[in-house]
Amino acid sequence: MNRKSGFAGACAPERRDLRTRTGEQETVVALAGNPNVGKSTVFNALTNLHQHTGNWPGKTVVSAQGVCEVQGRRYLLVDTPGSYSLMAHSAEEQAARDFICFGGADAVVVVCDASCLERNLNLALQTMEITRHVVVCVNLMDEARQRGTSVDFERLEARLGVPVVPASARAGEGLPELMRAVAHVTQEKTCGHCPESAGSRPAAPCCPGCCFASCCPVRYPDPVERALALLIPAVSGAIPEQSPSPRWLALRLLEGDEALCEGIDCMLGFPLVRQPGVARALSEAKQVLSEAQMTQTALRDAIADGLVHTAAELCADVIQKKPTKRERRDRKIDRILTSRRTGFPLMLLLLLGVFWLTITGANVPSQLLADVLFRFGERLSEWLAVCGAPEWLRGLTVDGAYRVLAWVVSVMLPPMAIFFPLFTLLEDLGYLPRVAFNLDHCFQKCHACGKQALTMAMGFGCNAAGVVGCRIIDSPRERLIAILTNSFVPCNGRFPTLIAILTMFFVGTSGGIGASLLSALLLTGLVLLGVGMTFLASRALSGTVLRGVPSSFTLELPPYRRPQLGKVLVRSVLDRTLFVLGRAAVVAAPAGVLLWCMANLTVYGRTLLAASAAALDPIARFFGLDGVILLAFLLGFPANEIVVPIIIMAYLAKGSLVEMNDLSLLRALLVQNGWTWVTAVCTMLFSLMHWPCSTTCLTIHKETQSWKWTAAAVLLPTAAGLTACALVANLARLFAG
Amino acid sequence: MAASRRPDKEGGSMEHNISLAALPEGEHARVTELLAQNGMRRRLLDLGLTPGTQVECELKSPSGDPAAYRIRGALIALRRRDAALVLVTMQ
Repeated sequence: MNRKSGFAGACAPERRDLRTRTGEQETVVALAGNPNVGKSTVFNALTNLHQHTGNWPGKTVVSAQGVCEVQGRRYLLVDTPGSYSLMAHSAEEQAARDFICFGGADAVVVVCDASCLERNLNLALQTMEITRHVVVCVNLMDEARQRGTSVDFERLEARLGVPVVPASARAGEGLPELMRAVAHVTQEKTCGHCPESAGSRPAAPCCPGCCFASCCPVRYPDPVERALALLIPAVSGAIPEQSPSPRWLALRLLEGDEALCEGIDCMLGFPLVRQPGVARALSEAKQVLSEAQMTQTALRDAIADGLVHTAAELCADVIQKKPTKRERRDRKIDRILTSRRTGFPLMLLLLLGVFWLTITGANVPSQLLADVLFRFGERLSEWLAVCGAPEWLRGLTVDGAYRVLAWVVSVMLPPMAIFFPLFTLLEDLGYLPRVAFNLDHCFQKCHACGKQALTMAMGFGCNAAGVVGCRIIDSPRERLIAILTNSFVPCNGRFPTLIAILTMFFVGTSGGIGASLLSALLLTGLVLLGVGMTFLASRALSGTVLRGVPSSFTLELPPYRRPQLGKVLVRSVLDRTLFVLGRAAVVAAPAGVLLWCMANLTVYGRTLLAASAAALDPIARFFGLDGVILLAFLLGFPANEIVVPIIIMAYLAKGSLVEMNDLSLLRALLVQNGWTWVTAVCTMLFSLMHWPCSTTCLTIHKETQSWKWTAAAVLLPTAAGLTACALVANLARLFAG
Repeated sequence: MAASRRPDKEGGSMEHNISLAALPEGEHARVTELLAQNGMRRRLLDLGLTPGTQVECELKSPSGDPAAYRIRGALIALRRRDAALVLVTMQ
């Protein structure tokens, strides 16, 4: 299938924005590289930003920008999504390709993984065909050294003809040198080797070591070179000074990739093939190829082959490698993590372990936070009373805004602040791609992509992030399936709800190791249900509205990396805390105000809250919920975190005002309001499967560009959730009655 | 499409060629031909899977499909139906 869809890249508004926003004094530097080579780490280190990084391919899906100042010069760094080649396959690779080819960057830094330099050089060589303002940054040197790899950098630099800088971005090594090299390539105007070509690019090599040759160290088979020799001068004459190299343009014309040629025309502002000289030269060049019996496929193969072999030959020349213990160790770990007997059990154990740590770890801080926050709430109320604040103001601020906020913080924050770093650690180790590897068979059966396991895993953190992450999936059909089913995995905003209900109704609030283990087991079961629903829904979609066979896929399993423990912990705990507090302030406090108003405004003798809950009650009862719960889910549309606090506030507003800093008291309150185990099960099922939160919905619309698919993403889990609830509730009624 | 040219499970068009999918775990082989077309062909080439390249089947997933192959230093997972489009000779 041809990937024509959405080729707006070359004329995309972002590019123009970037160009107009950067003044003359700012130099634009693109960071390119294969997935998972530490591009984002280099980017973060240079810009002092904190873009999240992880040890699996495809972490960066949106180009990030940041500014770096060195020796009085400002550089605008653009981090592009990882790609193996400039021949784009997926949407994210296309974004990277478009920026490198048409973004008009003043220099491109190609970040390579030192342990896997041969494959990485492929992209570097392709980039060097476009522009000679390239710096090759050989990153992850620390890791490569441990793996017994040593690189002769001087030789590599001499042979490539562009600066090559070794680096270990995690440790900050090599970054000053990298920026010096960038400064060097962006300031040089001529190649320095060929005086006769001053200021412009020569069309053909003029001398040994000429900038022409040094910029494109890749030689293709004879017929291709002959065809190029005919075409390059014509292209060279037809294009303005700041264009990609004529050699690269000529190659693309020969290859005839429609989408890419369209992009080239769009960037140049005129159709290149229709230029008089070019058209004639192109037909002559094609004649040469057909005389040599070179078909279009053979030409593409020859080009790919030329790149691969040049890289292989370069590496054979500059790299020395000794097999080390580490590789054998990695292989052993891989065997254990993916074998038939231990692969799945270990996956489940790890999930269980993470949940258990989350639940046990969150207990004490939750209690503490609740104590402190609620005591402070009382003080606040007294203090307001002393100041002579009217009753309604105290209600609005303390009983409304403050209480919901305190709830969100004390119940939601600790589990999130524990789960997220644990998950990040697994991610940094490189475990997630192995999960995708293990689960791919199931996804294949559902006619979906194995990388959906990765987006699903991202959904645990945040469904909106998971939806954006779906860009790593090549096939548009499979990508849509992954987007529509992403909210079946409970995000961080829903975990604590599930944990709280589990603990209150099925485990008991007495505590102890047995209890927390049981909670973790039940939570794992719920999550597995969500994963199962993902499979079911994916299969249903690919059998109906998104019919199709599974497309091909390749997934890299990166080497295991030791996570930077301290850094990960501090960073992710801090990030989560700030994130939750921010959301609490923006969403929970206003929700509290709204709720208080609803509980205190009376219409026809009933409060608004009671009226709306009563209106919803009959429908909700059928699904095993009650009006208040359904209302809470509706009001919780902006953020799932506030569902439980809303339920509590609503019950409290109706009845006695008890102090709520203890789960057993909370359980009593819920039971007072008619909760049974059926209500608890249904609430958990509905929490697992209902409409995605507002942020996720907006993200889905942004990613699919369609309200129809956004509606589908809302309806699909909601329908599943309601069906499950109705089944449970009515079966329970049947057996009980 | 490519499907019509796909070899059967056991092997390929030539005598000593087998498909990469049939390569047992832990065995080394050399690529002889790519039967994949278009996008997948380009992707495999980008990963360095050109004729003459050494590959090793390093891992099989719990169900045996996909399997992961060591290609030019990187570990790449391929589904059986995709690996079937790569012909190799065992070493």
